[in-house]
Amino acid sequence: MDNTIVATHHDTAAEDHHAALPQHRHHFETPEQQREAGTFGMWLFLLTEIMFFGGLFFAYLLYRNWYHDAFVVASNQLSIPLGATNTAVLIGSGFFMALGVWAAEVRKKGLLVLFLILTTLLGLVFLGVKYFEYKEKWEKHHIPGEHFDISEFVNPPINPKTGRPTEQPLPPDVAQKTQVFFSLYFAMTGMHALHMIIGIGLLIWLIRRSQRGDFSAGYVAPIENFGLYWHFVDIVWLFLFPLLYLINRHPGS
Amino acid sequence: MHISPVLWQFLVKWLNASALFPREASTIAPYTDALYFFLLLITVVGLIVVGTLIFGFALRYRKERHPVAVPIEGSTLLEATWTIIPLALFLIVFVWGALLYFRIYTPPVNSMNIYVVGKQWMWKAEHPGGQHEINALHVPTGRPIQLTMISQDVFHSFSIPDFRVKREVIPGRYSTVWFQATTPGTYHIFCTQYCGTNHSAMIGEVTVLSPDDYEKWTRESTSGMSLAQNGERLFASMGCNACHSGAATARGPNLAGVYGSRLKLTSGSEVLVNEAYLRDAILNPSQHITAGYAPIMPTYQGQISEDGLIDLVEYIKGLQTNYRVQQTLTTSESNQAAPTTPGAVKP
Amino acid sequence: MSATNSTILNLPDQKTATLPKRNYINAEDGLLSWLFTGDHKRIGMLYLISITFFFFIGGAFAGLIRLELLTPQPDLVASDTYNKLFSMHGIIMVFLFLVPSVPATIGNFLIPIMIGAKDLAFPKINLLSWYLYWIGGLFTLTAMVLGGVDTGWTFTTPLSTHYLNTHVVTAGLGVFIIGFSSIFTGLNFIVTIHRMRAPGMTWFRMPLFVWSNYAASILMVLGTPVLAITLVLVVLERTIGIGVFDPTKGGDPLLFQHLFWFYSHPAVYIMILPGMGVISEVISTFSRKRVFGYTAVAFSSVAIALFGFFVWAHHMFIMGVSNYSALVFSLLTMLVAVPSAIKTFNWAFTLQKGSITFETPMLYAFGFLGLFTIGGMTGVFLGALGMDIHLTETYFIVAHFHFVMVGGMLMAFLAGVHFWWPKMTGRMYPESLSKLAAVTTFIGFNLTFLPQFILGYLGMPRRYHSYPPEFQVLNVLSTAGATVLGVGYMLPLLYLAWSLKYGEIAGNNPWQATGLEWQIQSPPLTENFIEVPIMDHEAYDYEWLAHKTEQEVTTVG
Repeated sequence: MDNTIVATHHDTAAEDHHAALPQHRHHFETPEQQREAGTFGMWLFLLTEIMFFGGLFFAYLLYRNWYHDAFVVASNQLSIPLGATNTAVLIGSGFFMALGVWAAEVRKKGLLVLFLILTTLLGLVFLGVKYFEYKEKWEKHHIPGEHFDISEFVNPPINPKTGRPTEQPLPPDVAQKTQVFFSLYFAMTGMHALHMIIGIGLLIWLIRRSQRGDFSAGYVAPIENFGLYWHFVDIVWLFLFPLLYLINRHPGS
Repeated sequence: MHISPVLWQFLVKWLNASALFPREASTIAPYTDALYFFLLLITVVGLIVVGTLIFGFALRYRKERHPVAVPIEGSTLLEATWTIIPLALFLIVFVWGALLYFRIYTPPVNSMNIYVVGKQWMWKAEHPGGQHEINALHVPTGRPIQLTMISQDVFHSFSIPDFRVKREVIPGRYSTVWFQATTPGTYHIFCTQYCGTNHSAMIGEVTVLSPDDYEKWTRESTSGMSLAQNGERLFASMGCNACHSGAATARGPNLAGVYGSRLKLTSGSEVLVNEAYLRDAILNPSQHITAGYAPIMPTYQGQISEDGLIDLVEYIKGLQTNYRVQQTLTTSESNQAAPTTPGAVKP
Repeated sequence: MSATNSTILNLPDQKTATLPKRNYINAEDGLLSWLFTGDHKRIGMLYLISITFFFFIGGAFAGLIRLELLTPQPDLVASDTYNKLFSMHGIIMVFLFLVPSVPATIGNFLIPIMIGAKDLAFPKINLLSWYLYWIGGLFTLTAMVLGGVDTGWTFTTPLSTHYLNTHVVTAGLGVFIIGFSSIFTGLNFIVTIHRMRAPGMTWFRMPLFVWSNYAASILMVLGTPVLAITLVLVVLERTIGIGVFDPTKGGDPLLFQHLFWFYSHPAVYIMILPGMGVISEVISTFSRKRVFGYTAVAFSSVAIALFGFFVWAHHMFIMGVSNYSALVFSLLTMLVAVPSAIKTFNWAFTLQKGSITFETPMLYAFGFLGLFTIGGMTGVFLGALGMDIHLTETYFIVAHFHFVMVGGMLMAFLAGVHFWWPKMTGRMYPESLSKLAAVTTFIGFNLTFLPQFILGYLGMPRRYHSYPPEFQVLNVLSTAGATVLGVGYMLPLLYLAWSLKYGEIAGNNPWQATGLEWQIQSPPLTENFIEVPIMDHEAYDYEWLAHKTEQEVTTVG
């Protein structure tokens, strides 16, 4: 872990770097040091985010273990097509973000701006789908709280084609536990969505600065580090989707 | 104990008389105090060692006497010494403490069970014979007493310092602690888990009586039905007897003699039927369906108070035959509502 | 004035000495230049003022608590008010004082200098951290002013979610925000220490103060987010009924305990480790030798941080965790006690063959050693399972944590403030008055908290507004001590403020200490160093210092 960066005032190469990067912060000896510190900082921040979401995941583990049947039935209420679409959307958004990082590194301003815009658009699509899903939960009285309604779990609707219930009926005491599932669903996806909203805010700021050429002249750290953040948010969703949507699903169910 | 009992008694009584030490009023108290004195000893010794080193070095090597410091890198031997010795002492403490803990939290099989329900801001003790006490507990000497406790609202903690026992009282599940009182007298009960406005008023008194006096007290304070009798009444009025009639074709399993047995559930797992199981089975029946039966038992969550649950549990604990159950099928009146907790949150 | 026989203090000639013409304090003028600064030193001073402000509010609450407890009856304030007093006292002292105390003030100021850097890695995040401290602090003050919060600093559910109608959400959000202040400080420290050490500054040449803050930063960064999510869940449950802690909905209130203590136990190590770092520096300087067993002390800091993550359920031994998990946590608790013992002995042996003087920072350090030993050992009492049954939730716990937090950490903080005061301000504090304050604090502290151990064993529960009359004598002793303690804490506030204008000029190195911070001017330049320092000697190298001083003396005309 030795810091072997040598800094003297006689190194002309360092002076070139000084001239080339107006964003060089002078408490750093070299731009490399600045860049490495920035990346390290972002990774460390993402570690804190893992701990942050970790609490929710732990609660999920516990309650899924205790109330498995309720979790299965409640999870079946979530729409797989919508969830899968959102997963594809986020992966796509992450893909464009990665392209954006490349564009910044090869100093192509136009492409950078384009890719950032595409990242943002797909992020907004994700949020739109989520809004739609939340709205549906609201209408079905599946938001935990005073108005939570377990009747659909106790008396599942009959599938007109087969004449059988769409879902195994739950006894009322087990049906009550679906509230725990939905609490975790809203807490986890809500926290995730909050992180996406913050990310989109940052993206808008990055797009504006990219348009000004701030990131296509060699200074790519903000794009890279934001990319790390965005990919992290993506990965959190990649865990949330199977854990929340795909409990005990079978093909054709 | 390896120190003379005379010395021990003198020490404890003298400290107690100076209001610096609690009384030892249970069988476990001397064990707790022994560990405490050991810990005090090693703390004082440790403090003396550290203090001597610091004061000794500070005086011996103060600038006036030792103007030039001698650089010393360290000493692996010393590091090993002051790593191993504290570690060894702490491990002794660990083992001792663990043994004591298991002793305090493992009730003997022949304990007399008393239920305690904590709620903001009072304690309700319910003896099997039906005696109900508020902020008080009467117990005999010479018998192990187990307290089966639950909270109706928030976390509380039931503490009898003179017995050296304490246990958290939790909403939603039973917790237990046991003790055997040794000396007649009155002793403090405290709630020790902050529980809101009148936390400091949630106190009471344990009255320890000789066995004869305790008999007298139970006879004089019986107010009617025992817990089990009340439970029998509830069993009928809430309709439990309809399914749990004990008949061969009954929709629910036979409950006579089920307490203490190992029950096989539909999930394949086996459970020991104790108070916690019975209470949970009434509130969350679908997770506790006996093998061979359908999951049709309704939940009674929100329809029965913790007191009512205690009555039912006591009843089922003592149920040996279904004779009276079947009798009540034809004679019970189902317009008697079960006691509910005022303001209970209905799901 | 040269060093006399009984002190190492070496101040420049006061008739001719002046503060350096250019320093970080006068570099820019105006309030805004301070409020928008990126300079880690200015931010450290801003934090110092901020935490002092909150300390005295929290201290006032403590005073009221002790006043109430003079009599067994609840006769000074109403029960709800009393509950709010101890809740606010805890929240302020833990989150707004102890957690940031050394790291955000002394740490911010010194860590870059100690490793030869010009600033922390992320000056803007440092400033953001201070802003978040104040935003969270304002939320907390708002909760207070609007009527208070009475959950205890522990926000226990279901009391906090369903049974109280006080400002739980405001206070909870306040603590949530303050948590991020802490996370950003820790993040900044870790990146700085990893990436910005000067040439030659290897890990094992860093002062032990840096090691301690590094270990504490790991805890801040990994532990605090768990508190954050826990508070979010409490707020959600309270506001919109998303209930993962509500037993009537199938939730488990014990889950809250696990999540809460998963942070709050490491939090106590966040609080004490930086103080231990101060003690290392002070004892070394006032013994004129390297800390005994440098490597052992450095590794012990990291060991405490690591082990500290695995002992949280020792706060829950009587709450219905299984006997077997209780065993595991008790064992780990015993293990985490060992590195602290190692450090204590290493500090004691640093004194051996040293040349010891007893200036105020050293007095505080001695106080720390004694009181932290008692506090730490009483922790072993509590880690022993069967012993904990009797002692938990009583005044024994209160005494234990005040011994480590106040007798330990606060003394270490004061040691550090006095030790580095000349560096941060360029001026010396008045030595006799400060010694008086140190001794007063020590006496007051023991009188306040030793009786509480006895009260705890007698069974007096904590957070009690009224108590049985047989406990009164000990409570009166405790309150008397608190009065003395209060005086002891007021004195530094007064004379340190006085010294800003009238204190003696300190010069670069009044303590003749090693460490890069003592080789630059007092107060330092904004950029700390004119030239990047090259570290070519070990930490605490007094021979190097003697050689350097010799050179300066012989080369000056």
